[in-house]
Amino acid sequence: MSRIHVTTTINGDETEYLCEPQDTLLDVLRDELDLTGSKEGCASGDCGACSVMLDGRLVCSCLVLGAEAEGRAVETIEGMASGEELHPLQQAFIDKAALQCGICTPGILVAAKDLLERNPDPTEEEVRYWLAGNLCRCTGYDKIIRAVLDTAADMRGAA
Amino acid sequence: MGKLGHTGTPAPHDSAIKQVTGRADYTDDIPEPIGTLHAYLGCAEVARGRIEGMDLSGVLAAEGVVGVITHEDITGHNDISAVHADDEPVFPVSEVEFHGQPLCAVVATSRDLARRAAELAKIEITPLEPVLTTREALAAGGPDVTAPLKLERGDAAEGLKSAQHRLAGQMEIGGQDHMYLEGQIAFAMPGEDDDMVIHASTQHPTEAQMIAAQVLGVPANAVVVNVRRMGGGFGGKESQMNLFCCVAALAARKFGQAVKIRPDRDQDMTATGKRHDFSADYEVGFDGEGRITAVEAQLAARCGFAADLSGPVTDRALFHADNAYYYPNVRLTSRPMKTNTVSNTAFRGFGGPQGVIMAERMMEEIAYKLGKDPLDIRKANFYGVGERDVTPYHQTVEDNIIARVVEELEESSDYRARRDAIMAENAKGGILRRGIALTPVKFGISFTATWYNQAGCLLHVYKDGSIMLNHGGTEMGQGLNTKVAQVVAEAFGVDLELVKITKTTTEKVPNTSATAASSGSDLNGMAALDAAEQIKARLVAHAAEKWGDVCNDVQFADGKVLCGGEEFGWREFIAQAYADRVQLSAAGFYKTPKIHWDRAKGQGRPFYYFAYGAACSEVEIDTLTGECRVLRADILHDVGRSLNPAVDRGQVEGAFIQGMGWLTTEELWWDEAGRLRTHAPSTYKIPLASDKPREFNVRLAEWSENPERTIKRSKAVGEPPFMLGISVFEAISHAVASVADYKTCPRLDAPATPERILMAVERLKR
Ligand code: FES
Ligand code: FES
Repeated sequence: MSRIHVTTTINGDETEYLCEPQDTLLDVLRDELDLTGSKEGCASGDCGACSVMLDGRLVCSCLVLGAEAEGRAVETIEGMASGEELHPLQQAFIDKAALQCGICTPGILVAAKDLLERNPDPTEEEVRYWLAGNLCRCTGYDKIIRAVLDTAADMRGAA
Repeated sequence: MGKLGHTGTPAPHDSAIKQVTGRADYTDDIPEPIGTLHAYLGCAEVARGRIEGMDLSGVLAAEGVVGVITHEDITGHNDISAVHADDEPVFPVSEVEFHGQPLCAVVATSRDLARRAAELAKIEITPLEPVLTTREALAAGGPDVTAPLKLERGDAAEGLKSAQHRLAGQMEIGGQDHMYLEGQIAFAMPGEDDDMVIHASTQHPTEAQMIAAQVLGVPANAVVVNVRRMGGGFGGKESQMNLFCCVAALAARKFGQAVKIRPDRDQDMTATGKRHDFSADYEVGFDGEGRITAVEAQLAARCGFAADLSGPVTDRALFHADNAYYYPNVRLTSRPMKTNTVSNTAFRGFGGPQGVIMAERMMEEIAYKLGKDPLDIRKANFYGVGERDVTPYHQTVEDNIIARVVEELEESSDYRARRDAIMAENAKGGILRRGIALTPVKFGISFTATWYNQAGCLLHVYKDGSIMLNHGGTEMGQGLNTKVAQVVAEAFGVDLELVKITKTTTEKVPNTSATAASSGSDLNGMAALDAAEQIKARLVAHAAEKWGDVCNDVQFADGKVLCGGEEFGWREFIAQAYADRVQLSAAGFYKTPKIHWDRAKGQGRPFYYFAYGAACSEVEIDTLTGECRVLRADILHDVGRSLNPAVDRGQVEGAFIQGMGWLTTEELWWDEAGRLRTHAPSTYKIPLASDKPREFNVRLAEWSENPERTIKRSKAVGEPPFMLGISVFEAISHAVASVADYKTCPRLDAPATPERILMAVERLKR
């Protein structure tokens, strides 16, 4: 099979890669570009561990083909901090112990950041349902939800 | 207590910054050397049958395929049994024993190609009649997959006969898939001669090493197993990783290349074991106050085709069939049944939850029979202090605090008033009904295989004062590395940042036990403390030699060393010690004292101590659809003197939710052909963020302190809170019972899925 040449933007940087037609965006990120922060939990769109932003939309990168990223903008967990400066959500997840094994964490952070950009003042209920697509088997979610709510409050305060 | 970073403080998880930035490497993130090959399993599509032949020509001709591994490629012994039962081949030679059993592995240049080619294997099998369920296996008269256990004290038959009331019942208790978010994975790299390095996501590196060596036919010293961190384990990576380690190693040996194997989620769920589902039969005698006089029960488990850890799992179910209750006369038997299903394995609680839930069912039954609040029945049967305190296995409960835990929670959750309000509301007869329950847990801590209760640690202090810590435990998100590092930092009185925790590797600490049975910090914390104390003793002796007899007041605190009125910085002191030729490295060791167990007699002290807790949950069910929501949960849990309250709370919350999932939404469903039909998160539902209790109040019992000399008087926390989820199940039962005015015990089987809730409502309404 002939490989497909793709030009895209990843975390603000123009990026080119070759991929097989059946390769998912998740495969490409992890195997071709060495961006291993996005994880595979199910490869079927049911766990959210592979969450990334595609043209400003939250998607499961296991359900997007690598070829589909042509000409579009992808944001992953690796682009969330600016240099060494963590995004407030990242800092809150550390401070509030909102992670245990940490394998769901990148996907949850990407999804939570998207929520706060759409809705800077979500209710507890809204956070819970927004994150219902991101499985976490370790934490029981409570600390995650609190970290998101507290960050939202802090960011509103700072704005 | 004290500085952030020492024990008792909520130091953040050691990998937290890497984890929030996506830079924490899990096994699948390790860079692959050029030429890395990928393996994928070819699995059976019948539950039982004779293997007549394999035609792999299609596989071998497929794009990218380098070769195939079958049982013929096994250079050593074809067995991966964790207990050396010789009943669990890597690949079977003549008989298929469950649907989804691995029969061969395809090795190709990419995972995708290996996976596609594995579909092309043609395996000729003559089907045989399978035995799929526990009840079927019991009816057929066995066999047991491993030896059953009997626990007996007093005279159960007589106690039942002379009881004022007696009742008998059955309960079906479902299994559970681990659904660790990171699936099974092993990555083997061949070295010179026989050497093999395996990176794996395993809770038991030593066992993976031993079994891989056995399968390869090389001594253990040729195999190194490494694990930096796991994306969850929960018991599912205790013995289940052996298969993947062996396949990767066999392929790496055969093809002389690095080989990675990572099943997809469906194969992971069909080919690896789960929590055992149980069929419990109980009979209980009691007086007019609900006090139990005798219990007789059989706990039978669907073990699957091989022993794996089913022996100790079913043993632990019996050890917990009393939960927190005293049975004056008791006879408990286990039946670990062989079935043609995947071989079930360790899962948080290790059989304990299945025993506990049966005890709670009996409490509930008694309460409905006598028309009382189940909490009063529970309290009437608690173990006493100094009396009524001997377990069915003849260990005396010496550290009982259950009454205080339950009373405090009853108070803080406002249980009585809420129960009254709920029942008044239900009495109005709406479609939505609420229920509430407060349930206790007592959980025994120690491996019941006594020899597992040992641990090692290798500790280096480098001459710049930095410290490297290696212990035999594995990090799967439970914060073990953080806790053990806190112990070391505190011992030397230095900043936590000075302590580096590296991957767990069989090269540094040999002969380790599985990180399981909640024992991780108990065992490894003590081994690390031992190593630190050895080094400190040498430093003190050195100081005495150098500055005179000041041994008694050498203090290590705040990054300083105080000795004989002099103050040194830690680094300076260490540099000096190095220059004076003090050995700055030590191997620590620990073995749990006091425990012993005579399985044949069913007597001993299998547990060093007990951990306690209680939860009060309130639910709301929809009597027209069976849907259920958890409105509120209050928890009070005993972790002794917490090593790290943030980590411990995380364990408690996560365990509660996982326990709730086990008993509500997580349904494993096999069809008549023995095929698992719930084999991915699309069909197998673990709790979501939206399922979390609307109100969730979690507290640690801050006053508690372990009377035994554990590390800093803490208690193990991994498993005990799992059983707090039972309060949700009991609350559902309470809500269901309301449709028949609480006259009948609903006798729900677990999990209480919406379907089961609805059926129970319909049954009770009739
Ligand atoms: S891996 Fe993409 S949703 Fe699970
Ligand atoms: S922290 Fe382990 S899955 Fe979320």
